[in-house]
Amino acid sequence: MNPAPGSVDPLADALLALRLYLIAPRQLGGIVLRGHGPARDLVVEQLLEKTDVRRLPLNIDDERLLGGTDLAASLAAGKTVHQQGLIDRARGDTILIAMAERLSDGIAGKIAQAIDGGADIGLVLLDDGIEPDEAPSVALRERVALHCDLSGLSKLDATAMPKGKADALDEVAPLDDTQLAALARIASMLGIASLRAPIFAVATARAHAALKRRKSVDEKDLEVAARLVLAPRATQFPEAEPEPPPPPEDEQGDRSDDGIEEQQPSTLEDRVLQAATASIPPDILARIAAGTIQRGGQGQGAGRKRHSLTGGRPRPPRPGAPGRGARIALVDTLRAAIPWQPLRRREAQHGRVQVRKDDLRIRRFEQRARSLTIFCVDASGSAALARLAEAKGAVELMLAQAYVTRSEVALIAFRGKGAELLLPPTRSLTRARRALAELPGGGGTPLASGIRMATELADRARQNGQTPFLLFLTDGRANIAADGAPGRGQAGEDAESAAKILGARGFDALVIEISPRPGKDAAALAKWMQAGFLALPHADAAALHDAADAARQSASRP
Amino acid sequence: MARFPFSAIVGQDEMKQALLIAAVDPTIGGVMVFGDRGTGKSTAARALAALLPPMSAVENCRFACAPDEKGTCPDPCTSGRTRKRPVPVVDLPLGASEDRVVGALDLERALRTGEKRFEPGLLAKAHRGFLYIDEINLLEDHLVDLLLDVAASGENVVEREGLSVRHRAKFVLIGSGNPEEGELRPQLLDRFGLSVEVRTPDEMEKRVEIMKRCGAHDRDPDAFAGQWAEEDAKILKQIERGKKKVASLEVPDDVLEDAATLCLAVGADGLRGELTLMRAAKALAALNGARAVRREHLIAVAPMALRHRLRRDVLDETGSTTRIERAIEESFG
Repeated sequence: MNPAPGSVDPLADALLALRLYLIAPRQLGGIVLRGHGPARDLVVEQLLEKTDVRRLPLNIDDERLLGGTDLAASLAAGKTVHQQGLIDRARGDTILIAMAERLSDGIAGKIAQAIDGGADIGLVLLDDGIEPDEAPSVALRERVALHCDLSGLSKLDATAMPKGKADALDEVAPLDDTQLAALARIASMLGIASLRAPIFAVATARAHAALKRRKSVDEKDLEVAARLVLAPRATQFPEAEPEPPPPPEDEQGDRSDDGIEEQQPSTLEDRVLQAATASIPPDILARIAAGTIQRGGQGQGAGRKRHSLTGGRPRPPRPGAPGRGARIALVDTLRAAIPWQPLRRREAQHGRVQVRKDDLRIRRFEQRARSLTIFCVDASGSAALARLAEAKGAVELMLAQAYVTRSEVALIAFRGKGAELLLPPTRSLTRARRALAELPGGGGTPLASGIRMATELADRARQNGQTPFLLFLTDGRANIAADGAPGRGQAGEDAESAAKILGARGFDALVIEISPRPGKDAAALAKWMQAGFLALPHADAAALHDAADAARQSASRP
Repeated sequence: MARFPFSAIVGQDEMKQALLIAAVDPTIGGVMVFGDRGTGKSTAARALAALLPPMSAVENCRFACAPDEKGTCPDPCTSGRTRKRPVPVVDLPLGASEDRVVGALDLERALRTGEKRFEPGLLAKAHRGFLYIDEINLLEDHLVDLLLDVAASGENVVEREGLSVRHRAKFVLIGSGNPEEGELRPQLLDRFGLSVEVRTPDEMEKRVEIMKRCGAHDRDPDAFAGQWAEEDAKILKQIERGKKKVASLEVPDDVLEDAATLCLAVGADGLRGELTLMRAAKALAALNGARAVRREHLIAVAPMALRHRLRRDVLDETGSTTRIERAIEESFG
């Protein structure tokens, strides 16, 4: 029997999803199975038992994936030998992608394109991601109907797929308008923008009806569809979007036939919605609340990638000479040289492989070694409050061009007893605005704490392959020590030692004196940090931004 | 499998109109489509191509030479016969290598005969048709530069691997992307002729209708296409009529002035905005079978021609579309 809503066993659901997928592989597109562990192994085992599966290795190259020239065979045969790609060979089969969260966007994009172009393949994506933003490419998740989360499952209650002979999908009648409307509304209540989701839900409901050998879809089928397809895609609570409340006349009105008909869809909807929300995993709810789930997916933006010049995801090689950090791509170089061998041999009269300069190929990696600008703002009473507004403006301007410079911005404020990371590294203007709106001012100047936090953040950025650039907006007059105790003497010493540590790290930094009455403290601070120094007593946001930008650019030049 | 018919696409009127304008005047400079996933962007682009009439080309020509261009491509295309072939729609995959895009040395020839011959890439395949790039914002920058350059010049120049080849590559570039997943550089954005924003329809009736049509298409694509064949034929006729008409249409001076006023009012950068605005208005007038280009045509195309050319004001969160609508309101009442 189906478990009651609210006590859904994820494993039973995953097995059910698998069964439904096998009934309608083309319509459902596949399954995402998140969470590594025995529960998922069991599902995969059952999949392997039931159908042909081809595995797609993560490092597959274009030619193996889409077909192309088989170089080895071509060389041997002396003519081009074409090979079929995995996608062609897998027609009608299921492609299994293990560790799908590690699959590159490039490959995911090509698979997605093949699916859009009518390739008859199903995908089983094994998602071993642990962090919320570790997940398979949105392009693929989007094109796969069934999403199952088996992570953190400790006991295995269900161990077999739902049995019994199923009808063919064609034998199930299309959904009626009320049912279609229910699925469409629920998708919209859950904040699902894509129209693929409700379309998948329709197919899932029909597949479930076929499994139960019903000729038409009933409420139970809709519940299953909402649970397996819509709930995992939710980006908001159903309550978050106020639905137009039913006109009160309807409830007071006499129960004519019309009235009952009007009522029916909403009750059907409510029940199906309840089933869907009951199975939204609690961590999704938490993530929605924390704002880490964004509309349109996460982790795909150009800004999220953190790769350096020397490592990271390989990109297609390009012609070019090695040097200046570029490494030679040997295989591609040879590949480029081989076609020319008959010609060159004729010229040179000897049998060695002749590689010339034109053949050279260099390796490239995703070159998104972007900068992180860390604003460290003195929000104490001694720094004029007005300066804060300008700092905010500068941060916003910086972010506005972040998509051009591929840079991120972070904001630390120090005031009162310590420092606070107000804005973790981000490119999102919206997010920055929110954080900046709440920037409080006043209190002492815990300069040392601010410097320490900035140093830590810069260290982390450097480990991620980013180039940090620190920007201090302060008058340099510390009066709170690192431990939070007041007192100028200790505070000054702490600030000096923190600044010297920062200086030793070799980060590029700039101290901007924002006091209307410039003193010597900020200049001294800059010296300890081995940073640039700038006094801008009357600077506005634009001037601050320009100064920071100029300093950052001269710093980033070798 | 029959493709989803263009006329069966529910809503997305702005996108459909932009595509039709690009079909009437391919020199408009391409269409950029912004929108969430699963809103039917690629469905529309692919459907349009399926609807267009086949084109004549020199038989066996790898560069799809039109009959009057015979013998002008890098190949000796001398066949006296012409053949009809479908208008190409080329999908550019995200991770495509430069070789595949611009073309490269033909390995087979080089291996067998030591002859260097050019193997045309995706740009040559897209000649006289459409080049569709999903998620163009995730494409490598140097490829985007290259594509826009070729799209603007209509010619692909290859100087690499000892090859020196140039061939025609005139195509309508259609890019799509979700701005939340990474943005395009403004310089690149400006080079697209039109840009449209696609959203999931809010009305439940439309959503249900979409689900129904997708279901019907899925159950029997051919029968579904048959149902819409008549509607598609109407659109085809409209495009053909528009194409004939667009060359003879003149833009009266007062409309030219309107265009200048509007561009000034929204603060669009550069002349490109004004030019595109004129061309698009003209194409729309031709498409609608109007006798002359009028202000209403201009106003109708203004958002798609200008929206991506506005300077971004950090402290103003008003969307570009709203700013354009406001400017129209202020300028023309």
